[in-house]
Amino acid sequence: MAERANMQGRSQQAFDRLYRFHGGLVLAGHRELTVTAPIAPAGIPPLLVLPLLQHIGEPAKVLVKPGDTVLAGELLARQVGTVSAAVHASTSGTVVAVEPRPVPHPSGLPAECIVIETDGRDRWLETAGGLADYRATEPQLLLERIRDAGIVGLGGAGFPTRVKLTSGKQAIDTLIINGAECEPYITCDQRLMLERAAEVIEGVRILQHIVQPRVCTIAVEDSMPAAETALRDALEALQETGISVTRVPTIYPTGGERQLIKVLTGCEVPSQGLPADIGIICQNVGTAAAVYRAVCQGKPLVSRIVTVTGAGILTPRNLEVRIGTPLSHLVSTCGGYTQDVERLLIGGPMMGYTVNSDAVPVIKTTNCILAVTREEMPAPPPAMACIRCGKCTEVCPADLLPQQLYWYAQSGNYDAAQDYDLFDCIECGCCAHVCPSHIPLVQHYRHAKTEIWAQEKQRKKSDLARQRHEARLARLERIKQERTEKMARKKQVLTQGAGGPDPKQAAIQAALERVKRKKEVAGISPGNTDNLTPEQRQQIAAADQRRVAQKNGDRQAD
Amino acid sequence: MLTALLALGTLAAVIGLVLGYTAIRFRVESDPIVDQIDALLPQTQCGQCGFAGCRPYAEAIAAGGADINQCPPGGEATIQALADLLGQDPKPLNPEHGEHTEKTVVVIDEQACIGCTLCIQACPVDAIVGAAKQMHTVIASECTGCNLCIPPCPVECIHVVPVKANILTWTWPKPADSSTPAARHG
Amino acid sequence: MEFTTYSSPHLPPGGSVSRMMGFVLLALLPGSLCATWLFGWGVLVNILLAGLAAIAAEAAMLAARRRPVLPALQDGSALLTGVLLALALPPLAPWWIPVIGSLFAIVIAKQLYGGLGYNPFNPAMAGYVVLLISFPLELSLWPATDRVLDLQDTLLLVFSGNLPDTLTLDAITMATPLDIVKTRLGLSETLTEIQGSGVLGSFAGAGWEWLNLWYLLGGLWLLQQKIIKWQIPAGMLAGLFLTALLFFAWNPDTYASPLFHIFSGAAMLGAFFIATDPVSASTTPLGRLYYGLGIGVLTYVIRTWGGYPDGVAFAVLLMNMAAPTLDHYPRPRVFGHDES
Repeated sequence: MAERANMQGRSQQAFDRLYRFHGGLVLAGHRELTVTAPIAPAGIPPLLVLPLLQHIGEPAKVLVKPGDTVLAGELLARQVGTVSAAVHASTSGTVVAVEPRPVPHPSGLPAECIVIETDGRDRWLETAGGLADYRATEPQLLLERIRDAGIVGLGGAGFPTRVKLTSGKQAIDTLIINGAECEPYITCDQRLMLERAAEVIEGVRILQHIVQPRVCTIAVEDSMPAAETALRDALEALQETGISVTRVPTIYPTGGERQLIKVLTGCEVPSQGLPADIGIICQNVGTAAAVYRAVCQGKPLVSRIVTVTGAGILTPRNLEVRIGTPLSHLVSTCGGYTQDVERLLIGGPMMGYTVNSDAVPVIKTTNCILAVTREEMPAPPPAMACIRCGKCTEVCPADLLPQQLYWYAQSGNYDAAQDYDLFDCIECGCCAHVCPSHIPLVQHYRHAKTEIWAQEKQRKKSDLARQRHEARLARLERIKQERTEKMARKKQVLTQGAGGPDPKQAAIQAALERVKRKKEVAGISPGNTDNLTPEQRQQIAAADQRRVAQKNGDRQAD
Repeated sequence: MLTALLALGTLAAVIGLVLGYTAIRFRVESDPIVDQIDALLPQTQCGQCGFAGCRPYAEAIAAGGADINQCPPGGEATIQALADLLGQDPKPLNPEHGEHTEKTVVVIDEQACIGCTLCIQACPVDAIVGAAKQMHTVIASECTGCNLCIPPCPVECIHVVPVKANILTWTWPKPADSSTPAARHG
Repeated sequence: MEFTTYSSPHLPPGGSVSRMMGFVLLALLPGSLCATWLFGWGVLVNILLAGLAAIAAEAAMLAARRRPVLPALQDGSALLTGVLLALALPPLAPWWIPVIGSLFAIVIAKQLYGGLGYNPFNPAMAGYVVLLISFPLELSLWPATDRVLDLQDTLLLVFSGNLPDTLTLDAITMATPLDIVKTRLGLSETLTEIQGSGVLGSFAGAGWEWLNLWYLLGGLWLLQQKIIKWQIPAGMLAGLFLTALLFFAWNPDTYASPLFHIFSGAAMLGAFFIATDPVSASTTPLGRLYYGLGIGVLTYVIRTWGGYPDGVAFAVLLMNMAAPTLDHYPRPRVFGHDES
């Protein structure tokens, strides 16, 4: 069995013993670029582009149309189904289009977006405001507020928060707030904890009230002493004893949900399961702050903190950005590009993806923009053959055999790749980073995974097509059967009753009588054949004439 | 000499009995081969293989009357899967039966449709909705792209459109493999 | 503004294959120098010949297979194969021995299987074994450590096969300690008798014990630099030591001591440099342990009961055959899965 810590006799300082996960890397942080400067507002861009899909699940359904004026905080698209999230206007302005636009996605393909021309006045929608005392409110109502505010996980995955909070079939024992920002360069969570510790803690308290865990802690990395101090000071000032702060070692990818849970509790989330299955819920610090704003200030999720960094940016720093702001606006707020900028990444250097153009907007899950120079990140050397050195196996935090996965993914043997647990791969990039042959392992795995999903979809589609085809054949068969039976019956009647009254006429007569009787019983009679006006009588006469003429015409044509 | 014969003979008999017993005792029930073959075919029901649908083609393969490389919509992936299933060598798609093209669906031009129902009768998966003298329309999600509805249409109002990739259907491209000449020289 | 597309991760990578091979060559340096001091210039001549032949063969094969030649040569794996082969060969062997060995190792055992990363057998050992079986006499020409030839005579012998009139081949060659011990044990002499004859040094074969010690030090440095992992060397040495211990404890006079075994012949060279060739070895941690153990045990078996004085080469090749199975079965438990 996977290592399980004894959950029963835990004290409030339950997280003083930390565990380790296999593998992981110690990476150069590159955080000094942005960690000292305070968060600055990015301001309001002239144009906002709001994709309808900024989360995991169904895209939102748009409610506005071009020409509508909207206020900040107004609902623009409502969620569809349970696993979905609403989209709100980040500022006031006019909707100019609802059309496909480039979105932040590795494919570079466009998706449906709401485009708003901002008016710069930032007028907000009048709402009922925040709850004065959320502790007196039913958790169900708080969850509805979170849902209506369109809050999704701001750590990067974008899973609708309300669904996550209610996903456990059993009681939740541990609430973990993830402030362990482990990817190099990114400092948005760190600055958030440093500057707005009180907001974060209030948000955590709200989550505690909803989830009712036995233990709750905020995890910070040991390379963030200032943020840790800020949190501890705020907890002391608020005299909060129900929330602790735990320092975790700065090893990539400790910030990954499953790895963090292992480090703090020693428990491993089951492979195809959720943390809630073992009584744990993990939320990002940014999500906690957003929950605070939604519940206590009545504001939906319309802005987030984004780290704009890299040697390709003149003055890198963290910005408070309205959702939908194009990346180009962020870059110009930070002084613009430096001369030899070459690559633009969304996310961190290990798991982020490149985008071709800076016209794509910031969405709810955008935590970092990295503009790098060639010197900072040289073009990858050409991949060589795998020499089976096993370094990838040493660093994999999911205990996989990346080498075997590579052999099978590369040769298209997807069944074997799945047998080696391809879908347990969290795509952290540790294996590709240490590979001496410079093989782009993560891309191979991503290719294999998406191919397998596409094949699954194709298989389901063909199964459906087969069913429809077989149903159609069955239907045609049935019709043919009925026809032959009818013919047989008619033939039988014909051969039998050769001398009696015409069976067809008899059947017609019987039918007419049935209809007459039914009408008499129900008292139905055509209601519009009496008391006709002269115009109506004329219309009827004209119709009759046309009918006769057509009949004669047809007969002539025959 | 005699002892050697006896010894080997007994050994052979014992091993034979053990094998026979395990073959019966540990037998694994599996689908008949026709079902397994049919499960690998794309169910387009287009008839390009020369048979009246995917099931007859599967039956022909099982009976040995057809080769595994006759299905253009299935393409290389299907040929490979069939080869693996039947323990044969994969071969390239037989060009006599058509080319493997990207996924398409059909669209009826509603301005031109006359409501003749000929296409409805032709569609092997009943993906066209309509009735006599009523508008016909294709249910795009059910259309397999077999194009069997196009020849019967008397006013040629059915058009083939490619299925566009979107974010939800996009797949990561396979990284270039620089260790083979093909990948480098194109 | 427009940008180029790359795949994640994006951080500049730390290592490379050429760096790894470079470290291994450096770690071989102390052992090679000790060998030269012990056996003379022949060692360096062999290294030069084998290394050059390996590089030339690799370049020719890559060109024939239409692959880029320079990047592949730069990874240093061909050079390393040549050097390892040279260190395994006797220093007084004719010049065509290392050349043929290298050619076989690179052309047949490596390139014909697909080049770096695709060879199932250790190329250096495959080359060595082919030479051993085809030219047994030439491969027994180990010099007597007290009568080492100077450079001129060495070159004369290696390239022309002739010696100056003052010397004879018998006078300047000597069997290795492993060979002597094996032969004499086979003649029912006891180890105590062999001990007296000066074949054995302080703790293992005379001269060879120091050679193995230097290889051990080089290997430990490689471990510390994380170029190799501990499972294969530890497994091999443990397999060899423990098997020898078993028989030595049972009958100390007819079976050589475990210490003798792990410091003789190609034991240390094999444990740290040959068996750890990543391409032909097992790759999972547990698999590697079994792989190393297997090589150790087989080495002892061949040395004691087999037809050759040193069994490292054959043991490595035999375990190469077992490597795919060793990889398949001991799979580590994946995160989030139960033991199954």
